[in-house]
Amino acid sequence: MTTNILMTGVGGQGVVLASDALAEIAVKGGYDVKKSDSLGMSQRGGSVVSHLRFGHQIHSPVIKKGEVDFLLAFERLEGARWAGYLKQGGIAIINDHAIPPLSTMGGAYGYPTVEETVAILKERTDQIHLIPATSLANQLGNPQVLNVLLVGFLSSFLAIEEKSYVEDLSQRVPAKFLDLNLDAFARGREEARTRQAKDHDREA
Amino acid sequence: MHMKKLLSGNEAMALGAYHAGLSVAAAYPGTPSTEILENLARMDGIYVEWSTNEKVAMEVGLGASYGGVRTLVSMKHVGLNVASDAFFAASVTGIRGGLVVICCDDPGMHSSQNEQDNRHYARFAKVPILEPSDSQEAYSLMSLAFDISEEFDTPVIFRSTTRISHCKTVADVEDNPDIKRRKAHFVRDPYKFVMVPSNARPRHPLMEERISKLASYVETFPFNEIILEDRNLGIVSSGAAYQYAREVFPGASFLKLVTTYPLPRELVCHFAGEVRKLVVIEELDPFIEEQLRAWGLEVLGKALVPIVGELSPELLQEQAVKLELISRPAIAESSPKVPPPLPVRPPLLCPGCPHAGTSYALRRLGFYHTPPVDDESEKRAGQLARQGIIVTSDIGCYTLAVYPPLLALDTCACMGASIGQAHGLEKAGVRTKTVSVIGDSTFLHSGITSLVDMVYNKGQGTVIILDNETTAMTGHQGHPGTGFSARGDDAPKVVLEDLARGCGVRDVNVVSAFDLEEIESTLKRCLETDQTSVMIVRGNCPLRVRSKGRPMMVDKEACDQCYNCLRVGCAAINRNDDSITIDNNACVGDKCSVCLQVCHRQAIKVNAQ
Repeated sequence: MTTNILMTGVGGQGVVLASDALAEIAVKGGYDVKKSDSLGMSQRGGSVVSHLRFGHQIHSPVIKKGEVDFLLAFERLEGARWAGYLKQGGIAIINDHAIPPLSTMGGAYGYPTVEETVAILKERTDQIHLIPATSLANQLGNPQVLNVLLVGFLSSFLAIEEKSYVEDLSQRVPAKFLDLNLDAFARGREEARTRQAKDHDREA
Repeated sequence: MHMKKLLSGNEAMALGAYHAGLSVAAAYPGTPSTEILENLARMDGIYVEWSTNEKVAMEVGLGASYGGVRTLVSMKHVGLNVASDAFFAASVTGIRGGLVVICCDDPGMHSSQNEQDNRHYARFAKVPILEPSDSQEAYSLMSLAFDISEEFDTPVIFRSTTRISHCKTVADVEDNPDIKRRKAHFVRDPYKFVMVPSNARPRHPLMEERISKLASYVETFPFNEIILEDRNLGIVSSGAAYQYAREVFPGASFLKLVTTYPLPRELVCHFAGEVRKLVVIEELDPFIEEQLRAWGLEVLGKALVPIVGELSPELLQEQAVKLELISRPAIAESSPKVPPPLPVRPPLLCPGCPHAGTSYALRRLGFYHTPPVDDESEKRAGQLARQGIIVTSDIGCYTLAVYPPLLALDTCACMGASIGQAHGLEKAGVRTKTVSVIGDSTFLHSGITSLVDMVYNKGQGTVIILDNETTAMTGHQGHPGTGFSARGDDAPKVVLEDLARGCGVRDVNVVSAFDLEEIESTLKRCLETDQTSVMIVRGNCPLRVRSKGRPMMVDKEACDQCYNCLRVGCAAINRNDDSITIDNNACVGDKCSVCLQVCHRQAIKVNAQ
């Protein structure tokens, strides 16, 4: 079984750091891992996409269109943009935060509404989690922990033990920010649990 | 002892070279190759340098190799164009210490001006080439590359691509091996090292002999691998394309090639005899395919894989379905409904970028006389006719000013071209004034000689050197104008204004990147003179020197929604419905203040509280 994760966002949001961390965690879990980042030219503000694959044996470092199990979008428009990569019934985890690109300022394009974003994703899947991740990160006191919070949310769907993430964070994050990052991870994971429980109740 | 590590191709190549006993590494930064030298600069016991350009790096490499030590030179694909003179010389003289030249191609042009296929350089210069297909091979092949270099007295091209260099894959690497480095020692041998014609002529037959010996050697090269499964389809492939092919044709037979020049003829013919249909899957040019055809083999190649652009697994799958090599996969396609067009997110200058003010000023000067457009549909970005000035540009972050809303540039070709282009336009008789825009690192790389040319030939152009005191686009590497070395130590600093004066420029100006009025007035004055003039526009890259001034604010009462501030193209300025807001998380405050300077109504202010 191969797990295909596509992380998308805007330059400066910490997409690559998040996928680096998850890739290391998967290696420690004994998986074969490949990851590929597309950064384009800009240091800041451009689209960023990171392909992460792990399983028994991985050949291609990029995921084929239509085979993404998890789409983790750090920004709503970037979630909509990559929706076509999801497999039918894949899981879309979308930060509801909008960072309108300059191309929307002149009025040539409109930024997609929440409803439009959901409609685009619905073409591929019904498993859509639109979460207020940026607000949750801000509530924790630092918008920089957005990536850890989102990985926390994603982690509840993956067959990797919680302690592996905590271990990785402890090695990766400077001591003075560790508690903040652990809180962000826990907050993301809790958000996913709460939603899964609600869905379960609804079905029952 | 061995250990498993998740490494990018660039990290793996650096580590492989280090473990192979590397002594000297030289490079000029260029995506996707930059991290190779950056990684080496963190390792002890070796000499590393950012050279002024790729040709210099190659010459430093050649000298070190003549000195008997193992040497690495790395660059992006177009870097080898710059270095080619020295590279061809290396092929003729041969080496003493192993010399490996890493070039990283960029199919799909993620961050380049072309997608040339550098495998041709191997055939052109008559040197062997090795192509890894993942980080494991990038690591393991490196010591073999040095061995080949020394055994056959030749530089070796180690060819990567963006997907090999920037992808991370698991590699089994040696943990703390005992590294043996050679002692530097130069032995005179004018017949080998002094390439006057009488010495060079006898070298040519040696080069031909070398390639034929290499052709036998690669027949048993351990990393060329045959996997025989379903004999109906036999795929010859290499590099990243091999990985995609394994994904798309899981049951097929494969010949994975690492030595793509010279090719192992017997091995290929043997494989061809084992399979019914022979297919070559390679990115960009039909380099392997043409050789196989020349041997009389019937192959399917570029009819399957496009010659243009980066290959991807889904593109390969689509093409394979089209040519009925595989049946259509069972996964459901998305519904045929056309999705609504989504707003694009092109790369931008960062908030606080010292290039924004100059780009804005160039755009304003360029638009002095905008002729009326008859047909609205012709009014597309980049096609707007401008008559004020011609702006020739160069390779760097500032090239982003070609995009809306800045639309400031007219040309961009290759490193250093801006100055020569402007001079050529002028000498051709184009009467519009020219301005060349070039960054500090690019100017030192290959702008100096063109500036000297402009002075010598009485050019009247204005050259703007955008000096952010770093090589910004590739991630803040040092260069001779920065005052720090590849390892981050203090280094002598070349002062650009002194250099410009030394080139013979009389009219040299230094202005602040964040003072729009000074930029515009100096530029106008420079345009009016009849001699070569240089404007050094100085300001720090906000991603390297991270400091913030006092925050900015928008006075909603004063703002008349003219949206002139949006023309700066700053990502921190947002328009929500009709009102303008400034994102103080992204904005660097009054350290920049270009938006404040362009606001006609003084609605953008420093928030003094």
